[in-house]
Amino acid sequence: MNTKLNNDKRKFLTVATSIVGGIGLGFFSVPFISSWFPSAQAKALGAPIDLDLKKIGFGQKVTVSWRGQPVFVIHRPDALLDNLSFDDTKLRDPLSNVSEQPSYTKNIYRSIKKNFFVVIGICTHLGCVPLYKPVIGSLEPSWKGGFFCPCHGSKFDVSGRVFKGVPAPINLAIPPYKYLNDDVIRIGESDIK
Amino acid sequence: MYFFDKTIKWIDKRFPLTILWKEHSSEYYSPKNFNFWYFFGSLAMVMLCIQLITGIWLTMSYNPSESGAFDSVEYIMRDVSFGWLLRYIHSTGASFFFFVVYLHMFRSLMYGSYKNPRELLWITGVFIFILLMSESFFGYLLPWGNMSFWGAQVITSLFAAIPFIGDSLVEIIRGNYNISGVILTRFFSLHVSAVPLIFVGLVVIHIMALHTVGSNNPDGIEIKNNKDINGHPVDGIFFYPYYVIKDIFGISVFLMIFFAVVFFAPSFGGFFLEAPNFIPADPLKTPDHIAPIWYMTPFYAILRAIPNKIGGVVAMGASLAIIFILPWLDRSKVKSLRYKGFISKFFLFLFIISFFVLGYLGMVQPNPTRTLVAQICTTIYFLYFILMPFYSVIDKVKIVPERVT
Repeated sequence: MNTKLNNDKRKFLTVATSIVGGIGLGFFSVPFISSWFPSAQAKALGAPIDLDLKKIGFGQKVTVSWRGQPVFVIHRPDALLDNLSFDDTKLRDPLSNVSEQPSYTKNIYRSIKKNFFVVIGICTHLGCVPLYKPVIGSLEPSWKGGFFCPCHGSKFDVSGRVFKGVPAPINLAIPPYKYLNDDVIRIGESDIK
Repeated sequence: MYFFDKTIKWIDKRFPLTILWKEHSSEYYSPKNFNFWYFFGSLAMVMLCIQLITGIWLTMSYNPSESGAFDSVEYIMRDVSFGWLLRYIHSTGASFFFFVVYLHMFRSLMYGSYKNPRELLWITGVFIFILLMSESFFGYLLPWGNMSFWGAQVITSLFAAIPFIGDSLVEIIRGNYNISGVILTRFFSLHVSAVPLIFVGLVVIHIMALHTVGSNNPDGIEIKNNKDINGHPVDGIFFYPYYVIKDIFGISVFLMIFFAVVFFAPSFGGFFLEAPNFIPADPLKTPDHIAPIWYMTPFYAILRAIPNKIGGVVAMGASLAIIFILPWLDRSKVKSLRYKGFISKFFLFLFIISFFVLGYLGMVQPNPTRTLVAQICTTIYFLYFILMPFYSVIDKVKIVPERVT
């Protein structure tokens, strides 16, 4: 019997076995982690949805479900939009540089057509659904219309831009959408990135 | 390395980590002559882990309701990313678990691993076996296919054979007048919580009992009877690293076979997943041919062999119960079949043959000839145990060597 120990060989075999076994375990974890991603069913249910804007009255807010999330579509009157500006010092990110929105809505109204506002109705703080407060002076004397989250008191202007001094870090997110014709929008799909 | 050692020392002051590791692994003496048959203990452990992990993942997507169960299994198969793989690992795993456990038990029969001082080890093992059968039976109902439904119907009807209270008992078990969503959610609860909890506890007890008495070996020689001047068994080697390495090799080969089945033949020609179970449960129509899954069929054949409702149930119960008292039936002076005589070998051979024949008969439709064969095999099955106190004594045994070979 060979009694001489070959430590280098032992070390090599131990390391080689550990590495190959580790890679194997890595591959083995793929199906387990993959199964946590949205299933084919969830993806199918998350397909784009169409909405006829003619059905939304002046000043009215409609909530539709896209990917199980509330999406607000609001017919905003000009009176509310006239107050919007890019250099409002009360806002955290007036230019919407940080927030999530398609490039074609990175404007002062954060929308394609200024009167129709499409926004994901989920507070960027901890995910509650904010309330739409369009009446001027309704929340506080200086209130010019916007969104108010009942969970932790975050405030957003009528374009969904977050105010300073509230817990929400960034502006409300805008989903991708496009106009199929003058009156019908498709939420969840767009031609431009 | 310095940080690692320091961490271990920190833990050791608060929890006996190193002591446990040494006692159960790096300084646990195993006989040096383990052979092929000693793979199946660690393989059973691997199967348990695979079943627990895939089971947890399947539970994440499964819906235990009468209206949703079948659809949710199809949802797992079609819509969940890699859901088909998780389910096929779990369903194939059930069959492989039994395969491994049967070989593990056969090993004990061959080498007398149930004999003094390993009676408790054997008894806890038989409990694990019966728990495994109940776990697979509960799990079999969950896909809510037509075979699931009628399997549960037949097995719960067994309890109706009990005199006086039988019919009420069946109603209590079903929680309804027939198999329904009520028993489905009950079985789901048992399958994913109660049985696995007890199962894992029993496995811990099984291993602690093993490490108290020490492992048997193909020679059936107690390595503790032969110690060197330091009090260590001369014929023992440490479980870690020697048998860990051996087991890793066995596990690698085993997993290749296992995943070959998972990927290429998950229904295994109807043995692992039966065709009627791809149809949703139908309380109005029994499948044309109803049989349990292969690992249950020997006991199912014993049930059918007795032409009497209560007699069949009693025989099937007895066929499981008698396994428990095996340590006290074998009165041979030696443990291993290597040193037992012709009669013991012959009876074990007959027993295995009859077990296989019963397994086959449990799968096929009964007819008068088959029933007769089943009755003969059932008789042999019981005679193996009942006659053991006699033939194990009169059997001529060979002289057991001092040291393991």
